[in-house]
Amino acid sequence: MSQSSQLAGSAAATGLVKRAWNSDLAYSFRRSKVTVAAGIVTLIYLLSALFAPWVAPHDPYDMASVSILDSFLPPAWIDGGDSRFLLGTDNAGRDVLSTIIHGSRISLGVGFASVLIAATLGVTLGLISGYVGGRLDAVIMRIAEVQLSFPDILIALLIDGVIRSILGPGAHGNIAFVVVISAISLAYWVQFARTVRATTMVEKSKDYVQAARVSGKGTAYIMFRHLLPNVMGPVLVIATISLALAIVTEATLSFLGVGVPPTQPSLGTLIRVGNDFLFSGEWWITIFPGIALAIMGLSVNLLGDWLRDALNPKLR
Amino acid sequence: MISYILARVLQSLVVMLCVAAISFSLFTYVGDPIANLVGIQSSDEKREELRESLGLNDPAPVQFVRFVGRAVQLEFGISYQQKRKVASIIAERLPATLELSILSALIALGIGIPAGIFTALNRESWFSHLILSGSLVGVSLPTFLIGILLIFIFSVQFQLLPSFGRGEVVQLGFWSTGLLTASGLKALIMPAITLALFQMTLIMRLVRSEMLEVLRADYIKFARARGLSNRTVHFGYALMNTLVPVITITGLQLGSIIAFAIITETVFQWPGVGLMFIQAINEVDIPVMSTYLLLIASFFVIINLVVDLLYYFVDPRLRVGRGVRA
Amino acid sequence: MAKAPLLEVRNLRVEFPTRHGTLVAIDDLSLHIDPGEVLGVVGESGAGKSMTGAAIIGLLEPPGKIAGGEIVFDGQRIDNLPDADIRRIRGRHIGAIFQDPLTSLNPLHTVGRQITDTIVAHLPLTARQARTRALELLREVGIPAAAERIDHYPHQFSGGMRQRVVIALALCADPKLIIADEPTTALDVSIQAQIIVLLKRLCSQHGSAIMLITHDMGVISETADRVAVMYAGRIGEIGPVSDVIHSARLPYTIGLMGSIPSIGEEVERLVQIDGSMPRLNETPPGCRYHPRCPQAFDRCSVERPELIAVGSSRVACWLYDDSNQAQTPLPVRAAAKTNRDSPRINGTASAKPLIEAEGLKQYFDVSPPLLTRILERTGRRIVQAVDGLDISIVRGETFGLVGESGCGKSTVARTIVGLFDATAGTISYDGASLSTREERARNQSVQHKMQMIFQDPQASLNPRWRVSEIVAESIPRSRRAANGGVSARVGELLRQVGMSPLDGDKYPHEFSGGQRQRISIARALGGEPEFLVCDEPTSALDVSVQAQILNLMVDLQRSLGLTYLFISHDLAVVHHISTKVGVMYLGRIVEWSATHRLFTHPLHPYTRMLLDAVPDISKTGTQRTQVEGEVPSPIDPPSGCAFHPRCPFANDRCRTETPKSIMVEGTSIACHAVEEARLPSWKAA
Repeated sequence: MSQSSQLAGSAAATGLVKRAWNSDLAYSFRRSKVTVAAGIVTLIYLLSALFAPWVAPHDPYDMASVSILDSFLPPAWIDGGDSRFLLGTDNAGRDVLSTIIHGSRISLGVGFASVLIAATLGVTLGLISGYVGGRLDAVIMRIAEVQLSFPDILIALLIDGVIRSILGPGAHGNIAFVVVISAISLAYWVQFARTVRATTMVEKSKDYVQAARVSGKGTAYIMFRHLLPNVMGPVLVIATISLALAIVTEATLSFLGVGVPPTQPSLGTLIRVGNDFLFSGEWWITIFPGIALAIMGLSVNLLGDWLRDALNPKLR
Repeated sequence: MISYILARVLQSLVVMLCVAAISFSLFTYVGDPIANLVGIQSSDEKREELRESLGLNDPAPVQFVRFVGRAVQLEFGISYQQKRKVASIIAERLPATLELSILSALIALGIGIPAGIFTALNRESWFSHLILSGSLVGVSLPTFLIGILLIFIFSVQFQLLPSFGRGEVVQLGFWSTGLLTASGLKALIMPAITLALFQMTLIMRLVRSEMLEVLRADYIKFARARGLSNRTVHFGYALMNTLVPVITITGLQLGSIIAFAIITETVFQWPGVGLMFIQAINEVDIPVMSTYLLLIASFFVIINLVVDLLYYFVDPRLRVGRGVRA
Repeated sequence: MAKAPLLEVRNLRVEFPTRHGTLVAIDDLSLHIDPGEVLGVVGESGAGKSMTGAAIIGLLEPPGKIAGGEIVFDGQRIDNLPDADIRRIRGRHIGAIFQDPLTSLNPLHTVGRQITDTIVAHLPLTARQARTRALELLREVGIPAAAERIDHYPHQFSGGMRQRVVIALALCADPKLIIADEPTTALDVSIQAQIIVLLKRLCSQHGSAIMLITHDMGVISETADRVAVMYAGRIGEIGPVSDVIHSARLPYTIGLMGSIPSIGEEVERLVQIDGSMPRLNETPPGCRYHPRCPQAFDRCSVERPELIAVGSSRVACWLYDDSNQAQTPLPVRAAAKTNRDSPRINGTASAKPLIEAEGLKQYFDVSPPLLTRILERTGRRIVQAVDGLDISIVRGETFGLVGESGCGKSTVARTIVGLFDATAGTISYDGASLSTREERARNQSVQHKMQMIFQDPQASLNPRWRVSEIVAESIPRSRRAANGGVSARVGELLRQVGMSPLDGDKYPHEFSGGQRQRISIARALGGEPEFLVCDEPTSALDVSVQAQILNLMVDLQRSLGLTYLFISHDLAVVHHISTKVGVMYLGRIVEWSATHRLFTHPLHPYTRMLLDAVPDISKTGTQRTQVEGEVPSPIDPPSGCAFHPRCPFANDRCRTETPKSIMVEGTSIACHAVEEARLPSWKAA
């Protein structure tokens, strides 16, 4: 590539960055300090989740490095604390900060996977339901309605419970992840489907769709080329809000003891385990993971709120 | 009027039948009912005999009809774990859950709706911003975490309130109530707040956004242009119109309080049906699980029905047909 | 000055703070209204006319605010009053009427309650007295059976009736001034006429002055005493109505008047003002109109003109400044009359129809679910949108189809291009049958010859696509390789509709409504059509932009030999563009003939009624005949001739027997009264 074309390329890239920076979306992001803070916090969570083995000061699940002699150490700044363990240690002598970092990784991972599956399922069904209509639409929407009249957490709990009873009480290990992720995604597809359907119904009556039909374009072409790009805005908003909800749901399931396997604890599992020691004074084992979970949920929710307001100018 | 109600009731029945079908298939196809009833040593013939006597060899529709028939008579079978009638276990535990849920619902509505109206009408006041930020924390924190934090502060640190159980209860016929003793009331405080908080923030945010939407409507602008007082515009016009959509979702929210009670009950070891359900899941106690499902579904259906009827009285567009169009 | 003005606005300035800086929506605007006077405020969308009205009653939408000037009402300054005091003036002394009667009323209260609420807020009356007054008001605005209707909810009233209720609400406390913001825009022509007559009559009875804000010159021309023409937040010209319409001074007004089609005259092309009104953030310096003005000179681009007296009007234009010697204003219309009853393209005017539909029916099932039907003991509800329609269009002609909303004209368009499968009847194109979906699939190549142009330029372009992708969509696969590929073809198409090929890289939101409509036309042309179905293609556009699009369509028809089916509710537009016109009423064409004939010798009582009702600038100063009734629902159309309940000539036969079309002197007409020759002859207004 010649130098001039490279220059042109980088100029175009700068132009794009500039356009993005000046866009209404970026502007509404910059304007709200709370949103920027939420964005930064979320980014920190994401990075530390991605690079957990390198970020965490200890490997809490390496039996060789964990010593039972270090158990129940309070946070470093409290009398009896150890400077090696900033947030103290748990009943097995694991570093609480490291378990939180690894736990966030699990929480975020399950959250992302669930939302991805829920979104794919919901968007597809919503598009079909909204554009094709008819009996198919009626069936999909009836299911959605019945499901929607029960809270997500109950649906997830039920699906989780059912799959567990089918598999028998011994369902541990990786299969437990599959169970949790499918339970959460089956609980959250409805939001996507309903929103996509509603948006699709609005968009399909618009004349650009009619124009495509006059030109003889087929159903699949119109659904994916015309309608899909136009429903992505609301989908993004719901995905963000659902991510916060999915993280909380996973934590709740794990807290209730029907979530991820105890060998790979998420924040919810940590809180559950720590809860047993709340009364004996070792509060840090449960409170710190709790705070970590609260901040994670809050940040993602704040981002979702901002996205919703920014993409829906009516609400401002 | 009658046809409207009748249609609603019929729809509710259909939903109930669907849930019953799910509940039934859980009961019939998940796990082996026989294995849970007889010992491991019992012979195959004996098992087959039991199958036959329980009607488990009949075709599915026959079994389903029988299942529904029994359910209507509140016959839900016998718990695998406790070897007792599920109906009596539930009857014993339901008052605890209902007392908790109803109190939470009152808190959620009593604070959520006024707060929503206030923040919609005073968008720029610092107090609204405070309430709104607080509400976001409310939706972001999982219920169980709020419970744990409350326990940590009020039970562990200050030792003001009990951290588990219902306290002393008084038996009024079949109903055991914790509302009549000091320890019962004290025990109710934290669980009720925990359970109410999430619904309260949701209701508040919903009322606020609906009301803001309504305040932008043309008829509000026209009402202002006619010089009507702020009070008439806000409470006579805007609030009424806000209530129409709010009623539905609020109704559903109240329904979900009973379901969310599962978590609160677990945190506070509250002896209600939610705790029972979690134990049933952990122990794969299918009859208890499927009965709980039916119970929750019937609550939802009843609430939905009430909501629809309320709707009917609030919105003249449903009550009065288009009539003469001249 | 004989008497003090009722309202005086001095140097009003309205600003909108935005992140891109402060936008000045109204800049240094002054006007006055005398007691009992009707002042029309006209202008294209974005001119700031509604905002002026909102500023006067202190109801600007935030963040907009009055940043300068003063508003004096009845000797009292009202722009700086505290909230509670201005509220006592709103409704009491200044009433307001908004555009959409469907959303202006609180759906949860009876109309009676809404009226009494307002009365009690302003007048010292008891609830009982207020109700009596409310009843009087409802009677006064012409609500039949008012005593019963007072307890009905808004949804039980039709659009026209609701607008009457809105007027009653505005008149509750006998205000001295009524600000009516587009009061008839959302209504059908025949209802529009009723409302205007009513508004004018009531205000003169009550002695109220009206500030009538509208984009419709026709409405202004027969209602207003004086007119203010607004452009980009300023008044360009203000004066007596006949002066402004018939001898406009301002080049913009001259252009605007020329761009309005009129049923009073026939021109080949409308006067065209190029470009469109500047957006608020890019208002040019000097005179804001100068970039579009054919007579702009140096001074116009640097110095802002102020209103100066010219004749009986006041005009803001340097042409009329004493120091100007160089330029003289142009006359109003310079177009030649033509006879357009023959097709615009020569040679092909054969009698053989290009497109033909017979006995076309399009029914829609809007029944509630089965369960509800059983419980409420109601039958199926079928909308008979099109109910036995015959149409034939000859190659090269423009067939205009007019009718009020709900008459089924859009459904006809959509059925003909195949967006709906016809319930019954046949459609054929150039001899090939396209009646069913199978036939359309078989005759793909014929189907490609038909394209469609839509009404809403916002909705007819996919906002996520680039213009080049949009235009390329209709290019048939077989033609993609030809003539230098798709991009060359797209460039050519864009040039054909008066745009630049460079515009292909942009997205629809970067264009104005008129430009979007051009893109929409370019897309239609991509299929190399012979026949274009145009469904209200200019209804969403401002008049000056409408003129551009209508001219473009005429040009394209000539250069490409196109045939048009042009659907519109606007009689003047149809009159301007069509060679043949059909009038639709409840799913049928009741009358069609050559344009000139139809407008000079209308036969059907409905056509006559429409022509009577339509506001038109050629009718300035004339009294209109009031039209009764509203369009019935196509779900349960009247028996016999569907028009009989509103027809002054209906007899028993009309009530029972559906009239068949007959030919009378070149006009196809379906009317028993014409058939029986008991219709009086038509006298043109």
